[in-house]
Amino acid sequence: MNNLQSLSYYWPEIILTVTILVAIIADLFYSDKDSGKTALWVLGGLILAQIAIYIQDSEIVTTLFMGNLAFDPFASFFKTLIVLATILVIFISQKSSELDGHRTGEYYSLMAIMVFGMFLMASAIDLIMLYLAIEIVSIVSFILAGYLKGDLRSNEAALKYVIYGAFSTGIMLFGMSIIFGLAGSTKFFAIQEAMWNLEGSAQFAFTLAAIFILAGFGYKISAVPFHFWTPDVYEGAPTPITAYLSVAPKAVGFAVIIRFFNTVFGDSGAFIDPSIYTFTTIAWPQLLAVLSVITMTLGNLVALQQNSIKRMLAYSSIAHAGYMLMAIPTLSSQGVYAIMLYLVMYLFMNLGAFFVVIYVKSQGGGESFDDFKGLGWKMPIVGIVMTVFMLSLTGIPPTAGFIGKFYIFASVIKVGPQMYWLAVVGAINSVISLYYYFRVVKVMFLEGEPSETIIVPSPTVLMILFALAIPTVFFGIYWAPIADWVSRSLTLFIKVI
Amino acid sequence: MEINILSWIIWIPLLGMAAIAFVPRGKTQLIKIITAVATGVQFLATLGLWSQFDLSNGGFQFMERATWIPSFNITYILGVDGLSLPMVVLTGLLFFLSTFVSWNINRAVKGYFSLFLLLNIGIMGVFLSLDFFLFYVFWEVMLLPMFFLIGMWGGPQREYAAIKFFLYTLVGSVLMLIAILGLYFTCGRTFDMLVLMEVAPTALNGVMWWGIDAIKVIWVLLFIGFAIKVPVFPFHTWLPLVHVEAPTAISVILAGILLKLGVYGMLRINYSMLPGAVWWFAGALAVLGLINVIWGAMCALAQKDLKKMVAYSSVNHMGYLLIGMSAVIAAGAANGNNVLAAQAGLGGAVFLMFNHGTISAMLFILVGVIYERAHHRNIDGFGGIAAQMPIYSGIMALAFFAGLGLPGFSGFISEAMCFIGAFPVFKAIVIASTLGILLNAAYFLRAYQRIFMGSLNEKYKDLPEINRMELFTVIPLAVITLFLGIYPKPFLDLISSTMNVIIDKVANIGSIAGVF
Repeated sequence: MNNLQSLSYYWPEIILTVTILVAIIADLFYSDKDSGKTALWVLGGLILAQIAIYIQDSEIVTTLFMGNLAFDPFASFFKTLIVLATILVIFISQKSSELDGHRTGEYYSLMAIMVFGMFLMASAIDLIMLYLAIEIVSIVSFILAGYLKGDLRSNEAALKYVIYGAFSTGIMLFGMSIIFGLAGSTKFFAIQEAMWNLEGSAQFAFTLAAIFILAGFGYKISAVPFHFWTPDVYEGAPTPITAYLSVAPKAVGFAVIIRFFNTVFGDSGAFIDPSIYTFTTIAWPQLLAVLSVITMTLGNLVALQQNSIKRMLAYSSIAHAGYMLMAIPTLSSQGVYAIMLYLVMYLFMNLGAFFVVIYVKSQGGGESFDDFKGLGWKMPIVGIVMTVFMLSLTGIPPTAGFIGKFYIFASVIKVGPQMYWLAVVGAINSVISLYYYFRVVKVMFLEGEPSETIIVPSPTVLMILFALAIPTVFFGIYWAPIADWVSRSLTLFIKVI
Repeated sequence: MEINILSWIIWIPLLGMAAIAFVPRGKTQLIKIITAVATGVQFLATLGLWSQFDLSNGGFQFMERATWIPSFNITYILGVDGLSLPMVVLTGLLFFLSTFVSWNINRAVKGYFSLFLLLNIGIMGVFLSLDFFLFYVFWEVMLLPMFFLIGMWGGPQREYAAIKFFLYTLVGSVLMLIAILGLYFTCGRTFDMLVLMEVAPTALNGVMWWGIDAIKVIWVLLFIGFAIKVPVFPFHTWLPLVHVEAPTAISVILAGILLKLGVYGMLRINYSMLPGAVWWFAGALAVLGLINVIWGAMCALAQKDLKKMVAYSSVNHMGYLLIGMSAVIAAGAANGNNVLAAQAGLGGAVFLMFNHGTISAMLFILVGVIYERAHHRNIDGFGGIAAQMPIYSGIMALAFFAGLGLPGFSGFISEAMCFIGAFPVFKAIVIASTLGILLNAAYFLRAYQRIFMGSLNEKYKDLPEINRMELFTVIPLAVITLFLGIYPKPFLDLISSTMNVIIDKVANIGSIAGVF
């Protein structure tokens, strides 16, 4: 589709662009104290963009802007997920004490820019487009991570993030250039076609390029060994941003991995009929299986040793990336389905856990395990809700996290006995994760004594808590709506060879 | 069958939880009464279920079906048969009695009784669900309340005990989950246990994974999951610790019902879905049973803590049960179609499940009684209590004799049945395990002598006698133990049709496959 025609499929992004401009201009008229009101503009824009996504979400599957972007239900799914995460994080940010005393107008405007970048990531089908989209998201994340200008740790986080980011995108770009050299095009489908006609000697160069590109993607989803930035950035960044980074860019990171590897290295057959999936001779499924095992095991083992809950959650989010990666080597649409379902569940439980950390800190507590001691006695509602999130992150029914893991395991076991080892490793890792998640529950309830005064959070805090906790439980018991939504969204723009 | 009695039995405690949620924290008496009413109504409903149960039918009765998640073939299916019904009644009874055992709880009462009822939902759900997914969900729902009940209301090492319990059982359940998914994908994508019982015995014939029969792999994965709950040696190390730290009522539930869940799972799933592998594993099961018998008894003999001694006696008794379970292969053609032996062994095992439920519950309640008064449980720290607390000593004697398997008590009959059943197939093991009975008597009598006989320890001359509430919790259990010890027929009639179905399955598949 040419550029002019494409515009009529581009409403969500157009609305977002206008929102970003309006938010920045509006912020000029606010005093320092009222700067936070910019959030209202951003919220309004996001809701309009979501409405546009909803209206456009149809059976039409096409490419936009001369084959630079795909327009398909798969992209719409991730866009919706991003909007949902952003809206929740905007609400969460309102309650954060870390942002007090900072002008937050830019903070919300930057978040809107990041949403725009992630929208592009979810639909890019051209290497240059993809690179630009990733860079938009990365650069905005660097600024947001370092938003607390006076805080040394926040500065350190931003700097580390920049260095690692520059390094891994550099490697990714190098890989892309090799692919361009081999295929003569930056478009995914042209590369896919070239792939199937590669000479034997060029195969090696291609594998190398795939690994390089994986470095860039792995950095976005914080897969080992590209994870080194994660704990420090998560610890130093303002906690709402940490929560945001652990959910939204990670989700689109998976979207990119799925789209890129399924179109470029496979023949996309799985999306027409799950039984016909052939792929090139490059061993990328095995590569990703190993990556997944290392990622979850390392994430879990290091999470065990943390004394700060925020840092523990950072490592645990590495482990969760590992669980999701398990489903990619299955080479099936079920695997993709499982990842998409997991991401929805993960959104609620992970944002929920971070929100509790933010709330406790704003009530004069801290982020370490010691600060949570006896919390369940002082604030029973917060304690119970946090227990729900911890249960869900561990993957114990009846919570959303269990359903997510269940689908991941099912997609792995479906492949057959040759993949059972992966399922067993994943299962053992879930047990390991129980220990550190339940350490939180342990300090909250098992330590400390019944207290006379009970703190009940304010109505808005309760509202956010329940908005995150109720789906976490409800989708653990009845997840058919999510399952339907995911299966409707399981249509990628593909070319079958 | 419009009344959906099984759903009511499972979900009545939820109504209780909802009611408790609206009671102010201070009104502890009201919370306790609500719990008593909820568990009482549930117990009456289980009795009603028993009265309507058709003894001649070995299949499932009172079935309920509802769609849940059609896209993954997950359904809400409930049903009860001769294997689950006794356990359902026992669960109803023990939860009702344990409510009164918990009457003295005064720390965070609201939380305690809410979790107590949640635990009840989980246990009832496991016994009644016939969809594998539903089964797994209920199985895991039990873990959280147990964690808190041990961890918040337990003894000095409660935090360690709670997390240890949780980790151990979670390892078992994740292995089980993998086995469940393996069955799902090899047996036509269904979680419906009734279908699986039809399809699974033959669907896996000849399927090899990495050179091993798939059926064995799945059997072992499931077995480990259940063995941790039973607990079978060498997975038993969590049990004594958890028992010692748990509050009395939770020990009662743990020994009385939770341990039986493992056995129930083996019979319901391993035996009924993968009967072919039973042949392959029966010998190992009998050996594990023997180890449990001897190891449990030796450890019990070495204990100074009365509660720990009773906990190890559970390990010992589960050994007899495993030996009885292994006897099922006597019914196969290779062993001369000795159906009577198989019936005795399997029937004895299920009977022992029930009897150990009542006897160990009684023992733990009684240990709790003396602990509440003396604030310690050291066997050597008492002496001559019989003079001070004659009624208590009398009941304790009864419970100890029931525990050591004296004829006249129900425990004796079930243990004897296990031995009789297993003797034709595992002679050496049965003979060796009779040593366990001797040790059994030794540790119970030793404990009784040190605590109750001799001259009264001066420290305890003001010890108050067992009170009415405590008597109320023990006497029904004592009556059941004595009654079934003299006249076990009602119970054996209840289970026999279902036992025959299982025996038939193992014997027939064994003779067809004949490979093991």
